Amino acid sequence: MLRFVVRRLLAAAPTLFISGAAVFFLIRLIPGDPAALLLGDQADAASLADLHRRLGLDQGLPTQFSLWFQRMLHGDLGQSIRTGEPVLSLVIDHFVVSARIVFVAVALAAAIAVPAGMLAAWRQNGKLDIGLVSAATVLLSIPSFWLGLMLLYLFGLELGWLPVIGYVDFSEDPVAALTYMVLPVATLVLHETGILIRMARASTLEVLRLDYITYARSKGLSEGAVLWRHAFRNAFGPTWTLIGLVLGNLLGGIAVVETVFTIPGLGRLLVDSIFGRDYPVIQGCLLFVAFVYVLINLVVDLLYPLFDPRVAEA
Amino acid sequence: MKLRKMNAAIGGTILGAIALAAGIGLFWTPFDPVTLGYAKRLAAPDAVHWLGTDEFGRDVLSRLMTAAATSARISVLTVATAVLLGTLVGVLSGYLRGWTDRVLMAFNDALLAFPGILLALGFLAVAGANEYGIVVALGIAYAPSVARIVRGTVMSLREMDYIAASRLMGNSEFFIVWRHVLPNCVAPLVVLATSMFGWALLAESALSFLGLGVPPPAPTWGNMLAGSRPFIAKAVWLAIFPGACISLTLLGINLLGDALRDRLDPRMRNT
Repeated sequence: MLRFVVRRLLAAAPTLFISGAAVFFLIRLIPGDPAALLLGDQADAASLADLHRRLGLDQGLPTQFSLWFQRMLHGDLGQSIRTGEPVLSLVIDHFVVSARIVFVAVALAAAIAVPAGMLAAWRQNGKLDIGLVSAATVLLSIPSFWLGLMLLYLFGLELGWLPVIGYVDFSEDPVAALTYMVLPVATLVLHETGILIRMARASTLEVLRLDYITYARSKGLSEGAVLWRHAFRNAFGPTWTLIGLVLGNLLGGIAVVETVFTIPGLGRLLVDSIFGRDYPVIQGCLLFVAFVYVLINLVVDLLYPLFDPRVAEA
Repeated sequence: MKLRKMNAAIGGTILGAIALAAGIGLFWTPFDPVTLGYAKRLAAPDAVHWLGTDEFGRDVLSRLMTAAATSARISVLTVATAVLLGTLVGVLSGYLRGWTDRVLMAFNDALLAFPGILLALGFLAVAGANEYGIVVALGIAYAPSVARIVRGTVMSLREMDYIAASRLMGNSEFFIVWRHVLPNCVAPLVVLATSMFGWALLAESALSFLGLGVPPPAPTWGNMLAGSRPFIAKAVWLAIFPGACISLTLLGINLLGDALRDRLDPRMRNT
């Protein structure tokens, strides 16, 4: 088990290192002085010279990179050009908003999709299966930003049941905060359910063909016991991994849904920073999402042995 | 069995219809897609403008037809970039093995372990929003999946007797790769390329929706959808039709892709 954990931790390191290097070179690919880009148009000569020194711009690239890497490790991501705020706290504030929506949505989607996918596999080629698979295929073909717009039009404008745009923080008004979360969460749940059902179904089908399932049935276990005790634990693995990937991808791709519902999340921060050429914030967002992505996949992998101990032994 | 054929037929029909509309759109559209017409702004669908007009009085159907060709072009170029780049890396990695393989795959896996759309956003932050920026950014983002599949296929092929036989006949390594290795990579690549076409279309629409894709006035489904947001209460058709086009195309790709996978990938049969 310990060897599994250590090996998995070591495997995450190159990914983080390479994304760090990519973000470092990003700013140096842009023509012009990196210090001037990072400080914006309003910078005076003194602070420009100071940043030059701190970035090590008068020295070679390897020195610049090691200086930069040390600052990253200390959590120093610089200041926003537009607001002057420290990038790290800006990124974390916005991340909390996105994370709340994404985690709730993925948890709900998994709670719907895993049983549904197993049912579909259990009734393979039956009416229920065809219905569920067709619904999943349609759902996963609808882009989340369009689905969001349509839900917003239907429930926000036509029916007037839910607030249309904006965001209320939980600390201000928990009830209002929840009503504002319904549409964005529903949008993501519908989309992700489509993806997860198909995976849950495919991996259950693989397992249902195996000999020990036939054996479990032939010793007279009820179908419920076969599905729950023997099929679920073995079939859940691939879906569990996919849940991790979906979570990570959503944190990167949630910008479109945040745009539809005007939510001040991490995706919106990144896109606004790209428009505003706020390079320290762009770097900070990219690094942070890469970090969270690696972290989620790490946690997913480390929890994997909990329901499938074979992984840790291999 | 029957179901798979039906899926392929539905998917093929949808894609065929959209490809036809895009093809016609290259040469002829009912109205000019970018000329402004202030007389008829935000007009609901009627006999003249079948799908209505937008806030500048431009015909929605004409714009959708033009946009289809743009999206198709970007997606095809993206997939081509990813396939070329990924095949190159995969063949080098799988055929040469050793340190080349280890170094290339370390980079490959790092890229693979990273959301593609984020990579594209980072790249566009540097390169600025335009058609070829998207193609390069997404092409690089999708290449690692191609490289993985090609590498796997090449690694199993290079141990085959007929490769050794070809070498004994005095054929060059380049000839062997071209003549014997690459043709065997086509089937798995077709399956992957079909899904990638869908990913590329979706990513391009999302980027255009965010304002980081093809800049207006050139229409794409994504930027038309973005443009519809301020008018959604008054002119919901502006939001309905571009989104429906994206969804239908993706549905067609998914249906066709599933059918192709069932047919070409023996491991996926009967699942």
